[in-house]
Amino acid sequence: MRWPTLALGQPHWALGKGLLLRLGEALVTLLLLALLCFGLLRAAPGGPFDAERELDPARRAELIAAHALDRPVPEQFGHFLVDLGHGDLGQSFQYPDYRVIELLASGFAITGLLGGLALLAALLIGVPLGLWAGWRAGSGVDLGIRTASLIGLALPKFVLAPLLILLFAVYFGWLPAGGFDGNDWRSLVLPVTALCLPNLAGLVRLTRDGVIGILASDYVRAARARGIEDLALLRHHVLRPLLLVVLAWLAPALIAVITGSTVIEQIFGIPGVGRYFVQGALNRDYSLVMGVALSAGALIVLVNLLIDGGRALVDPRLRQPFDS
Amino acid sequence: MAAKPFFVLLALLMAGVLAAAETVPASSPSALRALRRGNGPEPSTLDAHRAQDLASHNVLRDLYEGLVSEDARGQLLAGMAERWEISADGRRYAFHLRRNLRWSNGEPLLAAEIVASFQRALSPATAAPLAPMLAVIVGARELAAGTGTVADLAIRASDPHTLLIDLVEPAPLLQLLLLPIAYPVYLPALARYGSRHTRPGNLVSNGAYQLLDWQPHALIRLQKNAHFHAAAAVAIADVRYLVTEDAASEQQRFRANDLDLTETVPPARRDRLQARFGAQLRISPYLGSFFLGLNLRAAVLGRAPALREALSLAIDREILTRYITALGETPAYALVPPGMADYPAPKMASAAWSQAARETRARQLYAAAGYRAEAPLTIEIRYNTSTPHRRLALAVAAMWRQVLGAKVVLRNEEWKSFVLHRREGRITQVFRGGWIADVEDPLSFLALFDGDQALNWSGWHDPVYRQWLAQARQADGGERQRLLAGAEQRLLDQHVIVPIYFYTSKHLVRTDVLGFEANPLDRHGSRWLHFAAPAGAR
Repeated sequence: MRWPTLALGQPHWALGKGLLLRLGEALVTLLLLALLCFGLLRAAPGGPFDAERELDPARRAELIAAHALDRPVPEQFGHFLVDLGHGDLGQSFQYPDYRVIELLASGFAITGLLGGLALLAALLIGVPLGLWAGWRAGSGVDLGIRTASLIGLALPKFVLAPLLILLFAVYFGWLPAGGFDGNDWRSLVLPVTALCLPNLAGLVRLTRDGVIGILASDYVRAARARGIEDLALLRHHVLRPLLLVVLAWLAPALIAVITGSTVIEQIFGIPGVGRYFVQGALNRDYSLVMGVALSAGALIVLVNLLIDGGRALVDPRLRQPFDS
Repeated sequence: MAAKPFFVLLALLMAGVLAAAETVPASSPSALRALRRGNGPEPSTLDAHRAQDLASHNVLRDLYEGLVSEDARGQLLAGMAERWEISADGRRYAFHLRRNLRWSNGEPLLAAEIVASFQRALSPATAAPLAPMLAVIVGARELAAGTGTVADLAIRASDPHTLLIDLVEPAPLLQLLLLPIAYPVYLPALARYGSRHTRPGNLVSNGAYQLLDWQPHALIRLQKNAHFHAAAAVAIADVRYLVTEDAASEQQRFRANDLDLTETVPPARRDRLQARFGAQLRISPYLGSFFLGLNLRAAVLGRAPALREALSLAIDREILTRYITALGETPAYALVPPGMADYPAPKMASAAWSQAARETRARQLYAAAGYRAEAPLTIEIRYNTSTPHRRLALAVAAMWRQVLGAKVVLRNEEWKSFVLHRREGRITQVFRGGWIADVEDPLSFLALFDGDQALNWSGWHDPVYRQWLAQARQADGGERQRLLAGAEQRLLDQHVIVPIYFYTSKHLVRTDVLGFEANPLDRHGSRWLHFAAPAGAR
């Protein structure tokens, strides 16, 4: 028995239609997200021009008028959509020397690099370790790996990161304690490690449990009864279903490292997009918040779409939504 | 034949080395090593006229120079102007510019460009947050408000090297000219690049340094400006301002030798910091005042000066500064910090009393205001979310409960909500206040309570106070300071605020960074710093 391969008999137009439908859903989702964010931002007390040094009322009124913030909110939203249609997210209120799109581009590039490296490391280390632990479930190796992964899961990032800094930057002086230098790979080591470890620990446990589940399934027992060798069993009956488990983990993990890197970026002083999530909102930087929310939203939708597509390629049973 | 170009190249290289040696020896540590400065949050802008945050000002101070400048100790110094004259009535300043002034691109910098820069700084389109600071210049207020024209602005070039400025009233103009809004912005770049004129390659400045690189939220890198008139005296050639939003992380980076100088020090006991960092810890008085504001528009406080006094007296400032802030802050019994030249600093009458005497008096006043154990005062302290503010508010609440028996509600708010509510004054009672001086002038603090202006968070409108201020503004020298002191005494007698402590500036500075001097406005231009030669190299 072989694991079913991609059903080549599926008409391609159906797949394309399904994809178009999913894209349509994604657009509606993003529009609703934009509407919600826009409304919430305008409803939040205070505005971009509130600061410790209060502007005099005339100057404040001028600035508000200059940014059309005195117009009715639906009209402002309409203008926002028109500008968005032209690919313009506007100028940042807090950092007026930059356009939002520039800040997002540099932020996402750095966060993407950090997150990508962290996930890659988690995959390269976590899957083999989980596989090993699952294959040898109940052994000393399994116990050791499980204990280590439990510690990794229990240690929050805001504890782990300062610990790494203390150890490798302050005491040993091997690596920088913070900051980001695109020309120096050493500045990436600690943040990538801090971002990777919790993901690694989670992935190890997930892989281990996945392997145990697969090994207990009927088709594996049947294969074993036929006398299949371990390596062949692993290759033909374990790795493929395991890929589904890892793919299912990848989407939320990718989204989590990109949207949840705020803590790591703050501690290490990394100029990624994570800090715009918090600072944009705190500064009432309307244009930056909209840019961050929409781009993160688009990213989440896109990643989900790609991962669902990827899973559908591996497992035809999951192809239903794409065929509808 | 092949040897000839080699010798030409060698000769050129030697010439380059010798040329560099004329200014700062190429082998000096200051010429070779970059100064890495922690700078707090990301600077909001490098447009000198629009910047208002300290992080931007720190960088701009290195990039630009105004008509006057200041040394490492904060003493006034000639800047673009090599000398100046002030008229007998203190209302006309004549600045004589240096003949060798140049922009960082090598173009000559003349008086007309400085005038045009001031006009742009004060134009309503620029909406410069610090524009009101220059309102003492004739025509500046009207220009900024859109009711006047640039022709009416009394900043004029009488010749290419002389600038005349007329004031509405005598004022410490030289101090005001140290602010970034008075720096000359290179207008051709603004016209050509718009809001991108502050980018590396576009930004042309006139100070000790020029912009080399700006990676948002990471670093700003400056290099020595060879066209600066005092370039020969600038020791450090490469300065990097690193974004250090989190003070604890900044401290770790300092410990890991990633920084030479920090922007601040995270809250901690001074003795512990001293034990860990020794001479690297630099704490000094700072012209800043922390107080609790009282919203006089709130009925409970507005009509009850006795109650306001009771609340002030019940606070033990010694305990707050020793155990809560704990970084060398001094207890405050006034609004204006000590150290203002010629200022006969007034104090609250109770400043000389013992704390026990203050508390006894506080209880009497509290009772006289109609409150007692069965019917206590219920009052709210509102502060923006931050651990130091929360700790201080908790301690003050405990003191009010213990000494007076008042019920205190603590309310923390996210920053923008707090700022909005404090400005509106509709729901606030007691709120977190505080102010850092822009210039070394008592008016920098006292103007906060001047009637209708936006920073009057207390909503206090007192004709007597305003009269003192109005008279002071017309006066000069010692008489001005005496009148300002009269105004402050009035403010303190009316218990409009509860002074708590005077700020200190706090930095960690590596011991091999020399030239770092304490100064009241905590301004530390990189041009005054240099590195010590490594041990054994001297």
